[in-house]
Amino acid sequence: MLKYTLHKLLVAALVAVTVSFVAFMLLRVSGDLATALGGESARGEDIARLRAQLGLDRPILSQYWDWATRAAVGDFGRSFYYPEPVWTLLKERLPVTLTLACWGLVISLVIGIPLGVLAALRPNTLIDRVAMTLAVLGQALPTFWLGLLLIILFGLVLRWLPMSGTDTWQHFILPSFVLGYYSTPAVMRLTRSGMLEVLATDYIRTAYSKGLPHRTVLFKHALRNAVIPVVALASVQFGLMLSGSVVIETVFAMQGIGQLAWESISRQDFPVVQAVLLLVSMFYVWLTFASDLINAWLDPRIRTG
Amino acid sequence: MTNPASLPAVSTADVDLATIAPGGGSRRMQQHKGFVIAGVILGLIVLMALAAPLVAPYDPYAQDLGNRLVPPAFMEGGSWAHPLGTDGLGRDYLSRVMYGARVSLMIGLLTALISGLIGAVLGVTAGYFGGRVDALICYVLAVRLSMPVVLVALAVVSVIGGSLVVVITVLGLLLWDRYAVVMRSATQQVRSLDFVVAAQAVGASTPRIILTEVLPNVMSSLIVVATFEVAHAILLEAALSFLGLGVQPPLPSWGLMIAEGRQHLLFEPWVIVIPGIALSVLVLSVNMLGDGIRDLAAPENRN
Repeated sequence: MLKYTLHKLLVAALVAVTVSFVAFMLLRVSGDLATALGGESARGEDIARLRAQLGLDRPILSQYWDWATRAAVGDFGRSFYYPEPVWTLLKERLPVTLTLACWGLVISLVIGIPLGVLAALRPNTLIDRVAMTLAVLGQALPTFWLGLLLIILFGLVLRWLPMSGTDTWQHFILPSFVLGYYSTPAVMRLTRSGMLEVLATDYIRTAYSKGLPHRTVLFKHALRNAVIPVVALASVQFGLMLSGSVVIETVFAMQGIGQLAWESISRQDFPVVQAVLLLVSMFYVWLTFASDLINAWLDPRIRTG
Repeated sequence: MTNPASLPAVSTADVDLATIAPGGGSRRMQQHKGFVIAGVILGLIVLMALAAPLVAPYDPYAQDLGNRLVPPAFMEGGSWAHPLGTDGLGRDYLSRVMYGARVSLMIGLLTALISGLIGAVLGVTAGYFGGRVDALICYVLAVRLSMPVVLVALAVVSVIGGSLVVVITVLGLLLWDRYAVVMRSATQQVRSLDFVVAAQAVGASTPRIILTEVLPNVMSSLIVVATFEVAHAILLEAALSFLGLGVQPPLPSWGLMIAEGRQHLLFEPWVIVIPGIALSVLVLSVNMLGDGIRDLAAPENRN
């Protein structure tokens, strides 16, 4: 397990460094920072001075090193637009996005796992068909559109829920549902196929033949093994939800990092864009790492295989 | 645990794959029915897109400010002069929906072509050669998977400027991950089969083996992934255009039409509902077609 962990750690670290370099380059090649900062009225020598001030005239690798070492301790520089440092902006906005993603995950698991189990226990019945239809629909409805429809229905017509903002927990219901619903099909399909696979194994037959009650076999023996891949999926989905929240936060006007990223992209506020990009990528890298470890811990075949 | 094949990207991606893995069960009849229905709907949409200049009742760009937000014919106040009504600039909605199908289909197909090419080359290479080559490609894959697609695409489009070509290129360069994962494992399975070993034994060159022995046997997986990726690209384009960083007005993209309809959400919700239904129906039928092809291509995988 130690060897496995170290190997995964090394790869994750390597990926993290590469991703940070890509994030750095992506916005460095996208345009001249000094010209952008200087504005239209800046003269040639002003821009040259600004460039020297910002260190833009130095070799790219040394610029990257400076940026990365500062980013590692949370110093992402200053926003072109907001007076606050980028880190302060992120700290203010992150809780909204994390709350949204957590609830989204909870919703997708709470709907997806039971539906998957039911569909696996009763294949080719009504419940299976309903579950599969929901899954197919969930992958076809554009999240932003579903969000707008729910705003119209619950916000405008029924007036049950607030339409936008983040003031109360009610504000999180619709966006979390939309975010969660999109990952539900993946959770459901994986649970279903996992259950089908496990239910066909010898140890389940053995468990039944030694007279264990149905419920015990189902929950203690079958489900426990079937959800192993779902655990991994859940942590990856959480990472995807952080980036998926760009769209949802924009639709519901929530002040999270997704909306911050979108606004900053629109006004070419590169330091902020870079920071959000890096943050979301890092979440993904380390969540994947965690999911690999959890998987290996739960399923010895992976770490020895 | 020194096996390079067990990089994080792969374990993650395997999970990802499971989400498009066979639905299982013996719903053969039902699947086939869905396949036929999806095929017919998709055929109609393609026909509508191709024939748009002939069958669209109006020029999709022609504004008529005297006739703004006319409701669809089936609603109160609507008329058959504009079966789906008109948008905020008085443009005929039916014509725009028809032309919008062109944008979605073009983005879906061309993106799938670019990303399919990249993903297939990487996946087959990794799967066939294994070892260090595999480790390297898996690492590139891990890096790609860690980059949030929507954010990267938004950032790139905002810098270069949104247009059909830019959106297709950016999405094409980003969405190759699933192809690579599937092609890699499919190639690994084929690689050790007797006919490949035999070809190696008689001294066939590696490119020849890959092209004539491996590729035909992984083609069906490639087509299945490509179908789902067409749907994926269509949804992403709609989202980018919705956020204002995809294709630009006045081009009729369904995502853009939803974005433009947002300001009328309060009183004219149908402006949002109509392009959304078009988008959902298209994506749904492409996905169902993919499900069907998967079952037809690999009946033994069904369970």
